Amino acid sequence: MIKQISVFLENKSGRLVRIAQVLGEAGINIRGLSIADTSDFGILRMIVDQPDQAIAELKEKGIMATVTEVIAIEVPDTPGGLAKVLAYMNDAGINIEYLYSFIEKPTTNAIIMMRVEKINEALEVLKKQNVPIVGDDRIYSF
Amino acid sequence: MWNYKYEAMKRDKLEIMQFLRLKQTLERVYQLVPFYHKRFREAGIEAGDIRSLEELQRLPFTIKDDLRDNYPYGLFTVDLSEVVRLHSSSGTTGIPTVVGYTKNDLEVWSELMARTLTAGGGSSDSVVHIAYGYGLFTGGLGAHYGAERIGATVVPISGGQTRRQVKMMRDLGTTLLACTPSYALYIAETMEEMNLCPTDMKLKSGVFGAEPWSENMRKVIEEKLRIDAYDIYGLSEIIGPGVGYECPAKAGLHISEDHFIAEIIDPLTEEVLPDGATGELVITTISKEALPMIRYRTRDITTLERKPCICGRTHVRMAKVSGRSDDMLIIRGVNVFPSQVESILLELGEIEPHYQLVVDRSGTLDTLQVMVEVSEQMFSDQVRGLETLENKIRLEIDNLLGVAANVKLVEPKSIPRSEGKAQRVIDRRNLK
Repeated sequence: MIKQISVFLENKSGRLVRIAQVLGEAGINIRGLSIADTSDFGILRMIVDQPDQAIAELKEKGIMATVTEVIAIEVPDTPGGLAKVLAYMNDAGINIEYLYSFIEKPTTNAIIMMRVEKINEALEVLKKQNVPIVGDDRIYSF
Repeated sequence: MWNYKYEAMKRDKLEIMQFLRLKQTLERVYQLVPFYHKRFREAGIEAGDIRSLEELQRLPFTIKDDLRDNYPYGLFTVDLSEVVRLHSSSGTTGIPTVVGYTKNDLEVWSELMARTLTAGGGSSDSVVHIAYGYGLFTGGLGAHYGAERIGATVVPISGGQTRRQVKMMRDLGTTLLACTPSYALYIAETMEEMNLCPTDMKLKSGVFGAEPWSENMRKVIEEKLRIDAYDIYGLSEIIGPGVGYECPAKAGLHISEDHFIAEIIDPLTEEVLPDGATGELVITTISKEALPMIRYRTRDITTLERKPCICGRTHVRMAKVSGRSDDMLIIRGVNVFPSQVESILLELGEIEPHYQLVVDRSGTLDTLQVMVEVSEQMFSDQVRGLETLENKIRLEIDNLLGVAANVKLVEPKSIPRSEGKAQRVIDRRNLK
């Protein structure tokens, strides 16, 4: 499972740049990110190469950050590639809370980050269906 | 019950007794204290004019500044030769206030604390650990005399050295803890650090006061220490701890009406409010000798309930103090206390909430925006989770305050702090 870092953001200018700076200065590489937002606030979700250190750095700078466990899977970068995997989850009755794609060097596959309700069950369904699960070593280090 | 005859006295009898004692007190202060004499005369009243309990309303209020202005002994009715004890408030705002007790005052105080401790599970079999500070503060000695009065075994440990306190509690078999609620939590945490379980102790109950605390905090203390936690109320100007105390019903704090008369007023209009209404607690002492107080404005916000309590005590009950009248805001004609918002956040599981009320006026309508810092406990990394939280806070504010508020979640530490505490209120209406 992958450690994702989640940060609460007010919709104010300069918030995102501050976080990127803190991580950059600490030599932490942001590997992927997504932002969910409403008119009031946003939630920044990030995959970084050194999650524990990133949490520590952010906290030290007074930015609250928490860790959420997510699954990384590899799907063919072709039409219907994602649909197949989503159908597996749907059939197994596993609710996906959110997902986003992960930017990687060009290959024939796309990497999808997925946050689900029942993480262990989800992993079993994916294994059974031979969906490639991407390990943290690959995600963090690429 | 420590004193069935008085604590469960029929209300009609109780009120006759209150009136007789009030008359005596009024005569006493009118004759002996120039300050009261002058005040009564200015209001066009003589002590003898008060012919019923209701007429107490005609008398002027006494406030903390009156004590300061007459520092140190100006409001005493007796010669110092009759005063056997002095206590003093800390005086964080300048001049301290000094309160005095005759021998009989100490008797009454011990009696009140005996009632308090008995209602809080104490008896002659108890080992009472008193971790309120001893000294000029009324907490330590007040609890001490009450515990001795009920014949308990008293451990007068006072504050500090928490690890040692925990060890003593375990070794001596403490059954009842008396301290501030925040110190009780600290003791619980220290026990955890020392790898001690509640089962290693004999603790059964605690009487906690001297600072406001929430129902949520009670839950945490009761779970962590596996005890019954009781709220107690008091202030040195009136007598110290023992003015109000919870019984096992935990449905409000009984105010000993054979010694005090309690009223609730609107802090702004100073009008007396009916039972059940929220306002400022006003207390008149009717048995005090050295330093009687006539209609003393406590600044504490609460409600009164005179319906019979299931415990059998007939004395009026006050709700847990929910705020200070100095902090009151009026929004669209509704009295709002910032601490009410705090209590909502505490009920939602926050330990140390940071929030700010921003009041503004758009056209003729007041608007209230409540900013709440998102703490780690509150944070969910899903939009839905945070929106649910926002809605919950909004609904609770609407329910409790009766004012619609716009709730905005903000980043931790984004509300400016002064001396570690967030600034609670910004009222922009005054600027226009």
